Amino acid sequence: MNALLAYAIVFAQISLGIAMICAAYRILRGPRAQDRVLGLDTLYVNAMLMLLVFGIKSGSTLYFEMALVIALLGFVGTVALAKFLLRGEVIE
Amino acid sequence: MKLLPYPIASAIFLGFWLLLNQSLSTGQFLLGASMALIGGWALAALEQPKARPRRPLAILRLAFIVSADIVKSNIAVACIIIGFGRRERRPGFVDIPLELRDPYGLALLACIITSTPGTLWVKFEEPAGTLTIHVLDLVDKAEWINTIKSRYEQPLLEIFA
Amino acid sequence: MSSASEISALSAFFTAALLLLGSALTLIGSLGLLRLRSFYERVHAPTLGTTLGVGCIAMSSIVYFSTLAGQVALREVLIVLFMTITTPITLMVLVRAALFRDQTEGQDASRANIENAPRPRE
Repeated sequence: MNALLAYAIVFAQISLGIAMICAAYRILRGPRAQDRVLGLDTLYVNAMLMLLVFGIKSGSTLYFEMALVIALLGFVGTVALAKFLLRGEVIE
Repeated sequence: MKLLPYPIASAIFLGFWLLLNQSLSTGQFLLGASMALIGGWALAALEQPKARPRRPLAILRLAFIVSADIVKSNIAVACIIIGFGRRERRPGFVDIPLELRDPYGLALLACIITSTPGTLWVKFEEPAGTLTIHVLDLVDKAEWINTIKSRYEQPLLEIFA
Repeated sequence: MSSASEISALSAFFTAALLLLGSALTLIGSLGLLRLRSFYERVHAPTLGTTLGVGCIAMSSIVYFSTLAGQVALREVLIVLFMTITTPITLMVLVRAALFRDQTEGQDASRANIENAPRPRE
């Protein structure tokens, strides 16, 4: 049964990697600025999930803190970018 | 100055502190409690309106309904993206007149609507109370208005009456 | 894969199942970014990853670390709560920014919506 877990971890890493590539493609291709911000939003969520999977793979709880920090900074970053698109300035 | 101006928020602070530190020892409990006190005073300085949720049973029932809906609409949107059920799909905006005015109720409604994939909170016009949402698979506007109002708004009106 | 051999078969099964489900849903959500045509449709796609995707992977992490440490470890609940609160804010601001940009450029969102609504499937 533990071999199953090992395969599941590999599958999760591959699919999250492909998901990150999709998000990166949306960032690079656009076509408009809001699409790029949406891609960034998806990218950081996927990266956070990837870190959680790394934590399961290594059995270390250190990855949790990294995932939490990425979630916090990613949220602040995407909201700042979206706010910039809305008004042309971040802080009014 | 009151000792605990926002009891719910302070309890949440304490809970988060204990979760983050993964321990229930006396020292962590005292640290978390002092965090909760200071956090409560900081919130009091911001002068936020107070939330008074009632009817814990209604909250539990709403939580159950919403989790079931999240699972259902996740499957539905996944099918749309993969391309099962090949038929015409018509995305669009829906205007919904709301009676709910409590800011915490509206915030919770925003979380519910956005958390169920396929629907998205766009904007809420304050004086008229019309909510605009975007729906990925819009079949019948009247049915969506009915669903949102009876399924989510009615329990929220009960809870934040 | 050193530590993955230390937990019982049942919790290994649940960890694996939740991991597969969560990562597959997140992948489908991100594929939606490529497959859906207009921006207002694409906004819906990442919510798959931020609701059940995050929920399932956090749950599998909870199951794994709880059996590994021999006590209940609920820290990942924080991530789920945080994502549930922040996703509506991000998407709401983003959609309003998109509407604002479309309107200022004279391209009405409702019209754009009608234009690409009934479309032939490939």
